[in-house]
Amino acid sequence: MDKSLFNQHISRQFNQDLENIRQRVLAMGGLVEEQIERSLEALEKLDPDLSSVVIEKDQYVNGFEVAIDEECTKILAKRQPAAGDLRLVVAIIKTITDLERVGDEAEKIARMAQHIAASMEGARPSKSQFGAVVHLGNHVKVMINEALDAFARMDVDAALKVAQKEAKADEEYNAITRQLITYMMEDPRSISSSLDVMWSARALERIGDHARNICEYVIYLVEGKDVRHISLEKMQELAKS
Amino acid sequence: MNNAKSVKLAKLDEKEDYRDGINLDALANEKIALEVEDLSLYYGDKQALFDINLKIPEKKVTAFIGPSGCGKSTLLRCFNRMNDLVDIAKVSGAIKLHGNNIYAPGVNVADLRRNVGMVFQKPNPFPKSIYENVAYGLRLQGINKRSVLDEVVEWALKGAALWDEVKDRLDDNALGMSGGQQQRLVIARSIAVQPEVLLLDEPASALDPISTLKIEELIHDLKDQYTIVIVTHNMQQAARVSDYTAFMYMGNCVEFDKTDTIFTNPKKKKTEDYITGRYG
Repeated sequence: MDKSLFNQHISRQFNQDLENIRQRVLAMGGLVEEQIERSLEALEKLDPDLSSVVIEKDQYVNGFEVAIDEECTKILAKRQPAAGDLRLVVAIIKTITDLERVGDEAEKIARMAQHIAASMEGARPSKSQFGAVVHLGNHVKVMINEALDAFARMDVDAALKVAQKEAKADEEYNAITRQLITYMMEDPRSISSSLDVMWSARALERIGDHARNICEYVIYLVEGKDVRHISLEKMQELAKS
Repeated sequence: MNNAKSVKLAKLDEKEDYRDGINLDALANEKIALEVEDLSLYYGDKQALFDINLKIPEKKVTAFIGPSGCGKSTLLRCFNRMNDLVDIAKVSGAIKLHGNNIYAPGVNVADLRRNVGMVFQKPNPFPKSIYENVAYGLRLQGINKRSVLDEVVEWALKGAALWDEVKDRLDDNALGMSGGQQQRLVIARSIAVQPEVLLLDEPASALDPISTLKIEELIHDLKDQYTIVIVTHNMQQAARVSDYTAFMYMGNCVEFDKTDTIFTNPKKKKTEDYITGRYG
């Protein structure tokens, strides 16, 4: 399936409707990427003002979700889309749910950053702890970016590549967890801040999961195959068969 | 696809093989009522159907969809040899009803048409009473006993979801009924002779939305007892009422599969273009 297909209906209004929701998903994705980036920066610099911006802007992400959902419902009701058009609408409804959750995770990270910033100087986690979290953050940010790219270009190969990166996010998250446990055992005063770092890492790991979900919707959209809840190998096999 | 003429020319040049779009494996768990084997039909020199190979499952609804002139009505009319009435029509290949070729020499066409009933686009009740319309087929068979007729008329009208609306005016002229009622009356007339197969050629296209839904509901009820083949221009209708769908295009059967598959993930680009409104 090729994305130019969405522009070939006899009804031009239908073309516009579909193109419109596609564009809005990409706009929502752009905003979510910004949110991740800002929340990571806020965490790295322990900047409470930047955190506030992230928390404030989450409502726009939510607004996107509600508006796009409504558009999709209207298309379903008015046009009864079939085949590729139907899969586009279904894939979009699911994609924006994941994007909205990614937005929530970014907001969580911003709140953690605020919390850590407000804690006492000595009780803050060390730079090295942040380093690993920011590294994980950049990894999942790229995943979201590439997942949206795969969606925009309806590119199954790209989607598969992004899905493969999820394992690395899990690995990094596990490493961070182990490291934090060591810190907490060494110095019980760091437990509170270590937990904040841990929650941030957890939020980032979740973002990686959402990126993989979006890739699965891309494969469903293009190939009509449901590749959820199966191993990467099977996913690849099914997407290519 | 915006230039129908160029499409037509392209078709004549490259004779595409459509057989890989026909997923008869989907019928693995079905009993088969009708088998179409290498069916071709010519109107004079013009070939209207090209080597159609299909199976129609028993007691299910099979829909034929496709753009105007694709041959879906022509194919439907082959199932009870209505094309015999067209002088220039010539058929090759076979259609088997429970294994017996209906085009074999010696087949009694009147019996065939009793067994394979047909309902047309425009309701065509006879200018007689409602009762006599339904009883007509039985009277043709020489059944005139009032008690038998009463019973069958009531049963058929109930089967066509019309009984409650007309039971107090069975002697009224059928032409005084609404279009939707007339169409259901015609369906009652068809099922009164207890056919195995019902062919519906655009049964709801001349009806208002509510009558259309009633006919669709009726089709759903009737499939418990009859094998139904429906031709429709209305794709949503095909999606709503049928279990299996065949997409026809320029005299070929391009794709056949479960209706759910056709409408969510068709294999052929032509099918997708048609059902999503890009061509047709």
